Amino acid sequence: MELHHSKHHTAYVNNLNNALLSHATAMNAGDIAAQIALQPLIKFNGGGHINHALFWENLVPSDSPDAKTEAAPSLTDEIAKTWGSFDSFKKAYSAALLSIQGSGWGWLVKDQAGRLRIVTTKDQDPVVGGEVPIIGVDMWEHAYYLQYLNGKAAYVENIFHVINWKTAEKRFLGTHDDLFASLRAML
Amino acid sequence: MSSTLLRTVPALRGALRAGAVVKPAAALASTSFVRGKATLPDLSYDYGALEPHISGKIMELHHKKHHQTYVSGLNSALEAIAEAESKGDFTKAASVAPLLNFHGGGHLNHSLFWENLAPASRDGGGEPDGALKKAITEDFGSFESFTKQMNTALAGIQGSGWAWLVKDKTSGTLGLVTRANQDPVAGSLAPLLGIDAWEHAYYLQYENRKAEYFQAIWNVINWKTVASRFEKA
Repeated sequence: MELHHSKHHTAYVNNLNNALLSHATAMNAGDIAAQIALQPLIKFNGGGHINHALFWENLVPSDSPDAKTEAAPSLTDEIAKTWGSFDSFKKAYSAALLSIQGSGWGWLVKDQAGRLRIVTTKDQDPVVGGEVPIIGVDMWEHAYYLQYLNGKAAYVENIFHVINWKTAEKRFLGTHDDLFASLRAML
Repeated sequence: MSSTLLRTVPALRGALRAGAVVKPAAALASTSFVRGKATLPDLSYDYGALEPHISGKIMELHHKKHHQTYVSGLNSALEAIAEAESKGDFTKAASVAPLLNFHGGGHLNHSLFWENLAPASRDGGGEPDGALKKAITEDFGSFESFTKQMNTALAGIQGSGWAWLVKDKTSGTLGLVTRANQDPVAGSLAPLLGIDAWEHAYYLQYENRKAEYFQAIWNVINWKTVASRFEKA
């Protein structure tokens, strides 16, 4: 957690700020080619910042009452409706997380029609297509390797003990704009 | 996924039945098959032999666990394809393509990687000589400029992937390419030297300081292997 937050997340923040600064300079100079060339860096580092900011908030110590699914009554109802049971959801989510090839994230999202879906995103691509990210799990090796080595299935199993269901419920009941308004305040 | 690898499997299976000796394609010289199955190749050096540049713990996990997972995944994918094919279900066979690319690429990439590394006390480190040195100087300006460009390419990989020194088989020109995840170098490019930029390749020793890993690995590059691939390509 310390390396992940103080080193990795900091690197995304610093690189995002540098890329945005260069982008502003390119915009002022009317240099379209330079602006386009900066897009991948903005997406990668901006995505890294957004994803990690969401991730920290959807985690909580396992002894907290917020780590119990009872803290998310509406969301768990909808999960049961969508997947049949919480266990089926957990199985489907775990399978999606473990099937990621390379670095990426697995998300429980609410789509624009209000339905729940599991999606994966590669590298640091953020969920920004209008869906509301409810829970994100980081599947980069740096998220688990020092503790779990190549045993990523155990990491996925254990992360369910530290999911902040209170945060998840709030995101589920809120809108995309609510969520990104709080993120914008951090940028 | 290299089509060579796909062709090698049934060809070798047939050859084993006939008791013939088969020489796999040059790029796959290190990739061993037993009865049509991919197997984990042995390393020609001990896990601890690349220390202090790459720790023995990293090498052991990387070879025994990660590479083995790709070998097993490749065999499963090939079996699934063969089964679908035997039923005439070609749509099902095609749906296995992403797994075949990922695990087949992982097997190929790691097989090439182990062989282009060597202990610093043996063939590792230093600089290439002869025709390879000449080609690197011509195409990158200097050896120093080449390693700098390779390190920049490695540092620029967003997520998991590899950087490769390649030879364009149509022109003979050397170049640098990166590949996402386990995508292998294929087509008109011949892989000469690969460096693994997945976090599992360095994290236990270097943590988030990947630039230090990219600096250190030059001490254990086996230029004899790279030169031999260059000559054959």
